[in-house]
Amino acid sequence: MGITISKISKSYKKVKALQHISFDVKPGELFGLIGPDGAGKTTLFRILTTLLIADEGLATVAGFDVVADYKSIRKNVGYMPGKFSLYQDLTIKENLTFFATIFGTTIEENYDLIKEIYVQIEPFEDRRAGKLSGGMKQKLALCCALIHKPEVLFLDEPTTGVDPVSRKEFWEMLKRLQQKGITILVSTPYMDEAALCDRIALIQDGKILEIDTPKAIVKHYSKPIYNVRAQNMYQLINSLKEYQYNHSVYPFGEYVHYTDKRTNFNPEELKMYLESKNLTNIEIKITVATIEDTFMELAKS
Amino acid sequence: MNNNKVIQVKSLTKMFGDFTAVDAITFDVEKGEIFGFLGANGAGKTTAMKMLIGISKPTSGEAKVAGFDVSKQAEDIKRNIGYMSQKFALYDDLTVKENITFFGGIYGLSRKRIKEKSAVLIEELGLEKVSNKLVVSLPLGWKQKLSFSVSLLHDPKIVFLDEPTGGVDPITRRQFWELIYKAAHQGTTVFVTTHYMDEAEYCDRVSIMVNGKIEALDTPKKLKEQFKVANMNDVFLKLARG
Repeated sequence: MGITISKISKSYKKVKALQHISFDVKPGELFGLIGPDGAGKTTLFRILTTLLIADEGLATVAGFDVVADYKSIRKNVGYMPGKFSLYQDLTIKENLTFFATIFGTTIEENYDLIKEIYVQIEPFEDRRAGKLSGGMKQKLALCCALIHKPEVLFLDEPTTGVDPVSRKEFWEMLKRLQQKGITILVSTPYMDEAALCDRIALIQDGKILEIDTPKAIVKHYSKPIYNVRAQNMYQLINSLKEYQYNHSVYPFGEYVHYTDKRTNFNPEELKMYLESKNLTNIEIKITVATIEDTFMELAKS
Repeated sequence: MNNNKVIQVKSLTKMFGDFTAVDAITFDVEKGEIFGFLGANGAGKTTAMKMLIGISKPTSGEAKVAGFDVSKQAEDIKRNIGYMSQKFALYDDLTVKENITFFGGIYGLSRKRIKEKSAVLIEELGLEKVSNKLVVSLPLGWKQKLSFSVSLLHDPKIVFLDEPTGGVDPITRRQFWELIYKAAHQGTTVFVTTHYMDEAEYCDRVSIMVNGKIEALDTPKKLKEQFKVANMNDVFLKLARG
């Protein structure tokens, strides 16, 4: 009883936010929706959590239809929206008690599920939510989304604007929740987080570009990718872009990822070209595609 | 002062009550440098940046930005720097052209200069077709690129960028960095914060703040050597996790 999504479309006036989206999330799966701002991720979350009605298509969550059985869905899912939506002038403890009461339960009843997260903010439980740091707000929001022991958990960009250390900790937390049997649909604009999901859907402009395991998605990348480095990054990028055979040129950390249009590409030739552009300390070596490479290649076509 | 050092910070400190948000940080940034200012949420980056752009007074210590003292010459600093963040960018209900004209006016550019700059900027960013559209209708990535260009309208010596690429798609994120490289190449100093560790690699030098202090400062290459790791993400995890 995970999530099924079949040909869902939604438009706002002229903007097609979602166009015939279909995919399933298996029970107990940690599924990632990966795409930039404006891709349609939040619209899909709102449809699945019964806060918005799709123009077309069908969807079920935990076995319930998102339109006909909306009340059952609301009892059985947890939703952490991208925007902090708790009561700013209630304390940590008051917020949590409020959500527990709304769902007809108590903090004590499901404490085991949130314990690990809650102990980190418990020392501040009398502090108002509005006065918390970003990381603490995020932890409180997750506790509130979990307090009624949902079957399915929706997390809309939980790590946006969060530093790499806190992001890593947050994903470790998600993995442990998954082990407790909760189905998780999570969205993120950080491509490196995609690797931590069981399966991912790459989404842009309301369309799914691809759905598969992170490993398989990377394997689908068809061209050899080269790491290129030289003394001057700015000149290197410009020179590679001017090179007539370039297929793609993307800065990637300390390297530039380069792909060539030709099938018989010879790196030595590129090296000579770069030398003719007065670049020095040139290094060209083959590398493997990342999810971000795949995303950009799919988004380009 | 040394003309090549556009930012000079010495023992800069900010306290809120008995909490030390920024704890005696010291560093310099050179002309034309891309300087990455990293740290975990709550490490003190924003507080430090507010002092450097002249909107928050230091408790102690000193800093000179573009040759001006942050404590005594805050207004001069504001005229000589550019600033953009995701929170403060452009006016959604003005068009692309109106935004450029508005900010040009704020920065004290003449009408003629605004017109020239406007034309160049719109062409460079490929915004000809949308120049009379409201900014609210543009994709986030375009807004961010436009916002960056607007922050450079008055040819500032330094531009401060606070998480300029958060949530932007990967292609646009790279186009954004190409604009940064270009600005640095033309001599503008770039002071940037980010949570994308691959972007930390694009910087000439990087500082990492932990609990109000700068715990590391060097080129990405040397930091990786120093911490014996393969990438900046691991440098960050090692330092910030303690």
